[in-house]
Amino acid sequence: MSTTLWIIIAGAVATYLTRIGGHLVISRFERIHPRVEAGLNAVPAAVLTTLVAPAAMSAGPAELAALGVAAVVSLRSGLMTMFLAGAAVLIALRHFIG
Amino acid sequence: MSDRRGEFWQGVRLSVPVVVASAPFAILFGALAVDNGFSVAEATLMSASIYGGASQLVGIELFGQHVAPWLVVLSIFAVNFRHVLYSAAVGKRIDHWPFLKQAIGYFFLVDPQYAEAERKGENGEEVTFAWYMGMALPIYVFWVAESALGALFGRLIPNPHAIGLDFLLPIYFLGLVMSFRKRPRWLPIVVASAVASMIAYKTVGSPWHVSIGALAGVLFAAAMPIRPEEPVTSDETAEVVS
Repeated sequence: MSTTLWIIIAGAVATYLTRIGGHLVISRFERIHPRVEAGLNAVPAAVLTTLVAPAAMSAGPAELAALGVAAVVSLRSGLMTMFLAGAAVLIALRHFIG
Repeated sequence: MSDRRGEFWQGVRLSVPVVVASAPFAILFGALAVDNGFSVAEATLMSASIYGGASQLVGIELFGQHVAPWLVVLSIFAVNFRHVLYSAAVGKRIDHWPFLKQAIGYFFLVDPQYAEAERKGENGEEVTFAWYMGMALPIYVFWVAESALGALFGRLIPNPHAIGLDFLLPIYFLGLVMSFRKRPRWLPIVVASAVASMIAYKTVGSPWHVSIGALAGVLFAAAMPIRPEEPVTSDETAEVVS
């Protein structure tokens, strides 16, 4: 079996476990320890940040401008609008400054 | 019977905005997956079996960086970990379903599905299997089909750099980070993860910056003084499959 296929299947099993696991495991406990809950709550933002920060660190002006505009737009509108705004800035600036 | 049909179509109606909003991301996923070395069939299988946009995009990004396979899987798990909280909350609403229907239902528990099920439950209405699948099936079918379309289309893009394809993911991930900003201590957690991941990227190197940065943010959150409990809320990502 190829590595790619292995990753997909293992990723699918892991994902299904998160979707059924909360019901099977978490709901059996009377309450989760608040520190554990605070840690769990932080997981998505913490993981996703690590995919942005190093990319921003090694980015050029076009990429940084795109991230900046996208961040500002996201304060006022949804994910789709911010994504399109960031992409538009990126494509335009790459076109003009190469 | 007609009652059940009505429930089903009520669910279908709720799926429409989600189908529209997730379409560009499904197509983007397909195109990027091919760009990162997936075949069209593999990209389609990933959408059909994982069915979680953000985690799929994280997965192919790391795969493209030649990160160790187990770490790719771990990262997919980490991004999807929020579903544990959805699952615990939704469990109360659907535990009157037969076991097999529950097992099927949990597979489709993406952010907007959770948000709508919670809203229906809080309104005092019964969350029925027909309603639930009425919402879930269109979202799922379009997600998988559009991923395949994106993958087919992705092979035809002559110059991915010119249309920014290589940097669209960081922009998208930034959007997801921003969508969690209502959560407690969001900013310090993001700063802790950002700083730790950048230092790790420079010193230890990729792909460890992902685990190290994430761990820094999570440990920081767990170590802070405890605040009064807040209910589980679905984040603003609820508008897309993620």
